[in-house]
Amino acid sequence: MEWTPIWLSLKLAAITTMILMLIGIPLAYWLSRRSSWLKVVIEAILTMPLVLPPSVLGFYLLLSFSPNSFFGRWLLEYFNLSLVFSFEGLVVASVIYSLPFMVSPVKSALAHLPASLAEASYTMGKSKLHTFYRVQLPNIKSSLWTAIVLTFAHTLGEFGVVLMIGGRLEGSTKVASIAIYDAVDNNQYHEANMYSLILFAITFVIVILVFVFNKNAMRGPLE
Amino acid sequence: MISINIQKNIKTYKGRYRLTVADSFPAGSVTKVYGPSGIGKTTFLRIIAGLSTPEQGKIVVHGQTWLDTAAGINMSPQERKAGFVFQDYALFPNMTVREHLQYATTDELLISRLLTMGRMKSFDSHKPQHLSGGQQQRLAILRALAQRPKLLLMDEAFSALDDELREDLITDLKIILKEFETTTIIVSHHAQETLGFADRSLKID
Repeated sequence: MEWTPIWLSLKLAAITTMILMLIGIPLAYWLSRRSSWLKVVIEAILTMPLVLPPSVLGFYLLLSFSPNSFFGRWLLEYFNLSLVFSFEGLVVASVIYSLPFMVSPVKSALAHLPASLAEASYTMGKSKLHTFYRVQLPNIKSSLWTAIVLTFAHTLGEFGVVLMIGGRLEGSTKVASIAIYDAVDNNQYHEANMYSLILFAITFVIVILVFVFNKNAMRGPLE
Repeated sequence: MISINIQKNIKTYKGRYRLTVADSFPAGSVTKVYGPSGIGKTTFLRIIAGLSTPEQGKIVVHGQTWLDTAAGINMSPQERKAGFVFQDYALFPNMTVREHLQYATTDELLISRLLTMGRMKSFDSHKPQHLSGGQQQRLAILRALAQRPKLLLMDEAFSALDDELREDLITDLKIILKEFETTTIIVSHHAQETLGFADRSLKID
């Protein structure tokens, strides 16, 4: 059994989760504040990856990243970067695909936090940024962990989008979920079983760690 | 001297209503604000703190204009730094009693004094969820005082305290408010609650 697909899956999930923490948390904060028509439209767009078949999303991303498209050509000409059939392309596609898994739990938790907490901090002269990091974010810790776990696990198990954008290039885009499919396709059930067991074990350990970290038996990390 | 003249349209369960308040508050005074439920007493405090903006109004605190809708002046809550005791206490679940006060001030002597005054010294490492209602309310008051505010706004700030504790706290509060030269506006539903604390009153109706 090759370990590269497992390593690629973990690398992809870790990079995607880190990128989504940087862009998803501020986005969730912005969305949690007073609603407007613009926010409704943006939230609907962000939610699309949840309801769209992964192959549909993958197909449109493939068209957008293709060197024949305006965006793909621009990336190639100015940055010498091709997102089709490359690990970088998988990262971009995963960020788009997993965005709602980071944004939704964080946005929901921030919206349910009493407004008076932030207001009390403001009346003490603290800026919005200071209040966000010292008061709001620490008080949605369990939702934050939920978002991180969901994003990581969801990226780890990605199949349709990854297959459309990355194909199955050994060492660069053939992640564990695709390796399982290939193994089954080639009647190598033992290999498929090994990959599946490893993915199962990794995911299980992560969920257990979050349960322990949250120290809240009444509330699971996926609630 | 604090001069307030504001008008704000508010929605109540009875329909739309125009909250109008015009009054002056002598420096160092303690004013009790009272009136029927839902009339806008909390909104009045929020406007003063900068957490809500009226359609029209002017607020001048010790010669500094905090709000003047005609001139387009509206200082942020961070700039006004009014001490605010929220009706729901607005305590931070992630911070201990001491951390609440340290969030407001770096003056450890003041923190120690406030903890003694609020009888909270033995609970200083407790988080709000492990405090009783009365202790939470005292912490909310101490936190608002920790920043030595020019203006202290209290929304039903004594409602969870028993008579003995309230009377003791009021005695200590009077001393510290005089020392800080703080002007206080307190919203209360019950006349008994502010007995011996407020020296003037304002009715909103």
